[in-house]
Amino acid sequence: MLEVHGLYCERDERILFKDLSFSIAPGKALQIQGSNGSGKTTLLRILCGLNSDFSGEILWQEKPVKQVRSEFCSDVFYLGHAPAINRTLSPRENLRWFSASQGKTGNIDISTALDELGLAGYDDVPCFMMSAGQQRRVSLARMKLTSARLWVMDEPFTALDKRGVSEVEQLLSDFVNAGGSLILTTHHPLQIACDIDVINLDSRVQESAP
Amino acid sequence: MNTDMNKASSELGLLSVMGATVRREMLLAFRNPGDVINPLMFFVIAVTLFPLSVGTDENFLSAIAPGVIWVTALLAVMLSMDSLFRADFEDGNLEQLLMSPQPLYFLLLAKIFSHWLVACLPIILLAPVLASMLFMSPEGMLPLVLSLLLGTPVLTLLGGIGMALTVGLSRSGLLLAVLILPLYVPVLVFGTGVVQAAINGTAFSGLLALLAALFALAVSLSPLAISAALKISIN
Repeated sequence: MLEVHGLYCERDERILFKDLSFSIAPGKALQIQGSNGSGKTTLLRILCGLNSDFSGEILWQEKPVKQVRSEFCSDVFYLGHAPAINRTLSPRENLRWFSASQGKTGNIDISTALDELGLAGYDDVPCFMMSAGQQRRVSLARMKLTSARLWVMDEPFTALDKRGVSEVEQLLSDFVNAGGSLILTTHHPLQIACDIDVINLDSRVQESAP
Repeated sequence: MNTDMNKASSELGLLSVMGATVRREMLLAFRNPGDVINPLMFFVIAVTLFPLSVGTDENFLSAIAPGVIWVTALLAVMLSMDSLFRADFEDGNLEQLLMSPQPLYFLLLAKIFSHWLVACLPIILLAPVLASMLFMSPEGMLPLVLSLLLGTPVLTLLGGIGMALTVGLSRSGLLLAVLILPLYVPVLVFGTGVVQAAINGTAFSGLLALLAALFALAVSLSPLAISAALKISIN
């Protein structure tokens, strides 16, 4: 589905990765590992087209991403470092705009999505009154509303409690086992029951160092 | 799985997406009334200071009234621009906006239209009141409102370009002014020109048409410039 060939990126005269090639197929998960500052977030942003300081080729369904940008965007769900939650709006209002901006809504309504993320009864509470973990759950509730086939997630478990982590892991493995593709970064030892590959950005740089 | 999902999901038209964006921005303005009140208060205070400083001579005030109203309206619009992308940039919603499968052009147009409703429309409604405070002759009132109705959207759209370029910088106030004030000059010249011509009793429809041309140009081109600038800023 998504193929990456010979990706090279440097920042502040430091090579983050070079000659990075991988691909991801339906029903597969890919975990990007690496220490802080190794370029995990940069890599995910490059994949999503939010960062263009790179050379190399990114193909979506065998076509360059730039040519099929709108199809790519409707098939990709990106969960970034920032939760993308406006603090003055309530979870319902935040998610309503998200589903509208997706152009098509998933087959589940917003209250159900919030219930499933353990936020029943918080639909109309302004987000600034919620804890960081609850805000993260609001952000994650978008998983339920998107119909994208590739999920790109940057540290999805930040600020979640233990139960939240295992619930989200369950959602992720359900998604992958149903034929979705997942690319994520996390420092947390993943326990998801699906086909998962690992790319370690640290070891790659060491290998390529002279 | 995907075909099932697509069947169950409903497609939303472009208009309803734009509607949802306007609705969200209105809601935000309602929750943060400062975004509406600050530019309006600036406008009122700045105009009120003129009679206090230059004296209350009726002839003099009525002569400078069109310029005073237009310049302060322009500065108020510029002051209001800061809130356009700032919050979205900070909380990550800007990334979601750029990742949306909907055409960015129309999403940005909806966002800017909402900003204009919130920040500029109150100024336009109050302008005749302040103009009569400055003894502006009644023939100028309608042209003043018309010129502001055509001119402030151009100011908002051009300001959007500057804001999109500087949203990544923490303190962009002065830079924004330096970037976009030169672009504001033609709008100001034609805008005050319309009102002056109306007061002098000459035809002003030509100048109004020029303003309308600027408006058409800004509506069609600046969302493209804004989306390009946002992509650079978010890099």
